[in-house]
Amino acid sequence: MDEVDMELEKAFQSKIDAELKIEPKDWMPDAYRKTLVRQMSQHAHSEVVGMLPEGNWLTRAPSLKRKAILMAKIQDEGGHGLYLYSAAETLGVSRDEMYEQLHSGKAKYSSIFNYPTLNWADIGAIGWLVDGAAITNQIALCRCSYGPYARAMVKVCKEESFHQRQGYEIMMNMSNGTKEQKEMAQDAINRWWWPALMMFGPHDKNSDHTSQSMTWKIKRTSNDELRQRFVDATVPQADYLGLTVPDDKLAWNEETQSYDWGEIDWDEFRNVVAGNGLCNRERLQTRRDAHDGGKWVRDAALAYAEKQKKRMADKAA
Amino acid sequence: MPENSTESELPLYEVFIRSKNGLHHKHAGSLHAPDAEMALTNARDVYTRRSEGVSIWVVKATDVVASSPEDKGNFYEPNDDKLYRHPTFYNIPDEVGHM
Repeated sequence: MDEVDMELEKAFQSKIDAELKIEPKDWMPDAYRKTLVRQMSQHAHSEVVGMLPEGNWLTRAPSLKRKAILMAKIQDEGGHGLYLYSAAETLGVSRDEMYEQLHSGKAKYSSIFNYPTLNWADIGAIGWLVDGAAITNQIALCRCSYGPYARAMVKVCKEESFHQRQGYEIMMNMSNGTKEQKEMAQDAINRWWWPALMMFGPHDKNSDHTSQSMTWKIKRTSNDELRQRFVDATVPQADYLGLTVPDDKLAWNEETQSYDWGEIDWDEFRNVVAGNGLCNRERLQTRRDAHDGGKWVRDAALAYAEKQKKRMADKAA
Repeated sequence: MPENSTESELPLYEVFIRSKNGLHHKHAGSLHAPDAEMALTNARDVYTRRSEGVSIWVVKATDVVASSPEDKGNFYEPNDDKLYRHPTFYNIPDEVGHM
């Protein structure tokens, strides 16, 4: 690094330390830009792929009301993906590049979406646990040092509260329903609890990016801290439903005033991240098909726009 | 990157929304659309799903002319030394009352 860059980097860090936001045209270290592009595009991909497990239940929702709610939730996820892609584009990466990285498997998205949605209670569990974990993460990101990311997160958090509440309401209805419905609710929490905890990523001591991201204030709270926050908030909610959290080590710790709990199966985590989860291939294929299938629409819309432009020009001439 | 990817990318529009009458339009984000009309309807779907706006502007991102942070110093400097533009520059006796 030459002297000028070192000066710039020093000025950059003191801006961050003073809680000033970084905006698109400001100088920033290459690694800061790269980290943000990676994190924001993966975040966007997660919103987009996140529509797929829920889409599975659109035609199977048990009532018109639930169908309308689920549709609105899925539309929000698509919208959140768009906020995030456009925020990431302010860093100089193109939309097409990001799509290409997703479709080629080069970019990751949240592993949680590689699990299947097997029964209707899964839609409740996703809203309650998956969106609940995402909100815990995203509230911390509202104070991220990069302005466009922080602003996108504020919008996303405002909208996601409905996602979690509608999910919990489904869980309430089912756990107060017939014996079979209650079993479905328990089955859903059994399958979604641990993957939801994995959403916070590796333990702090094993997380490659954490320390630098904390210095840059891209990340404000560590993985383990956020995960603990989620456990402490969610266990009482499961108790209220009369459902059991599938962890025999789970116990209230009077001293720390929070829950002690077991250990995540990190082999499973790594395996799903590596592409071997139950639905990895299906999700990517569905995503690619949707993109390729929509190509003629994009082409036609562009051709129409070109034609209109030409007509206007001819008329003016 | 696949062939024809970036050249076929739909143009980028910046979206500005007036949340209610009496307030300025405020930048909300951006989106891709083939033309201005579709940019408007897409902006409605992406940025106003919960009645966040009563009026939307879309502007092609390439048409936005922006100042750059690097010339912050000399760009704004001409006004920095004109303290007499601020009310506190003037000493008015307390007896005069609020002014």
